[in-house]
Amino acid sequence: MKLKIALFSALTATLSFAALAEAPGGKFAGEAEQMFRSSFKAENPKYWMKRLDQDETMKTCGIYRDNPPRKIGEKLEKLNAATIRYPVDGKLIGDWKEGEKLAAVGTGGHIGFIQPDPAGRVRGGNCYACHQLAKKELAYGTIGPSLQQFGKVRGNSEEIIKYTYDKIYNSNAFTACTNMPRFGLHSWLTPEQITHIVAFLIDPESPVNKD
Amino acid sequence: MIHRSIQSLAALAVAATFAGPLFAQDSKVADELAKYREALADGNPADLLEVKGESLWSEKRGPKNASLEQCDLGLGPGKLDGAYAQLPKYFKDTNKVMDVESRLVHCMVTLQGFTQAEVTKQWYSKPGKESDIEALVTFIGAKSNGKPINVPATHPAEAKMAKMGEYIFYRRSGPQDFSCAICHGQEGKRIRLQDLGNLTTKDGAGTAMKTWPSYRVSQGAVWTMQRRLIDCMRQARWPEPEYLADSVIALETYLQKTATGTVMETPGIKR
Repeated sequence: MKLKIALFSALTATLSFAALAEAPGGKFAGEAEQMFRSSFKAENPKYWMKRLDQDETMKTCGIYRDNPPRKIGEKLEKLNAATIRYPVDGKLIGDWKEGEKLAAVGTGGHIGFIQPDPAGRVRGGNCYACHQLAKKELAYGTIGPSLQQFGKVRGNSEEIIKYTYDKIYNSNAFTACTNMPRFGLHSWLTPEQITHIVAFLIDPESPVNKD
Repeated sequence: MIHRSIQSLAALAVAATFAGPLFAQDSKVADELAKYREALADGNPADLLEVKGESLWSEKRGPKNASLEQCDLGLGPGKLDGAYAQLPKYFKDTNKVMDVESRLVHCMVTLQGFTQAEVTKQWYSKPGKESDIEALVTFIGAKSNGKPINVPATHPAEAKMAKMGEYIFYRRSGPQDFSCAICHGQEGKRIRLQDLGNLTTKDGAGTAMKTWPSYRVSQGAVWTMQRRLIDCMRQARWPEPEYLADSVIALETYLQKTATGTVMETPGIKR
């Protein structure tokens, strides 16, 4: 029995060491970070360069190739949950028609000198890039799960509404290192815009649930 | 005629990317694009650029009035057959890992006497303004057509570059929390209707790497690998890296190493 435990801990030690040793870049990770940052044009405005900064979540996800050990994942999830902010009026469900538009828009926020977005270009959630939503839209992506009939399946309890809002605001509060962007944390979408997308997903009249 | 169909296809392709419910027939668009690709197999617009690149290669140009025929892309001066397929690699004379574009620019500077700024000013084409670099890379790339990609990264400098490329591949940042791996680290996924290769596997990386340089229908231009990767960073909403930046060459090294063994089909044609 003792031998078994000893063998087991030796094995897990090797495994976690192997996982750690295999972090992307290996022993060159530090140098690679410096090389990456110095690859950008000197005339890039400072506020552009800020987009290359990494918070703890980004850094940790990179090290573990987006699959952190559960303990570390839980820590990141707590950290991210603490960032969630709500609209001042406390209303988490907005106008599904506005949400429908935001789900389709894939433009906005491109920087650089070659093909930047013009200032003030509308910025959306681009939900269809990764998710199936309304049945009539066939040009949807599959990086995320299908959200067709989202509200019909889950109902519209306060709990579900809050979960939906929170998930869009900061997806990493639920699944550390998910592929889904943290729309609220990065102020990519305002709290109000997020409530519109919540409505698009949950409102029984929305094409997500109606079709 | 060809030009007109390219334009309408470009319009379709753009519509497929951006349109919402209006285009309930997007899968048809994808089918049409596949047929179009097939029809162009013998008439890729990039072929014209390849011919231009060939004459630029042998023409005496620059302050030194020299051609590029003595340019060493890794197999010895003037040896082009299969050269693209084994880049990036380490070059002793510059003590650097170089890709096809950085090496070509090096040759234009050392053999022809141009300054690097002159050569790289027009590193990608704009409407009405063609790029010599795109033409030359298309020509050099075609000389590897049918050859297997071979970047084992055995030299320590190459192995290091590949590792650094791997680091960048998984590095997340920006307002969308993106890294290359978010979209290109899984099998069988797509963005809208665009299939995404899993670049961490040989076949996935091969599909991505073996057809560059490639004619981009939606852009009406040939894109080099540098242009492609710099645009990936734009799509990730990052700032723009310098042309020929080491981090882009590192990514290329990582991807070519992964794609090693797959066979070049270039110039390609893509959405």
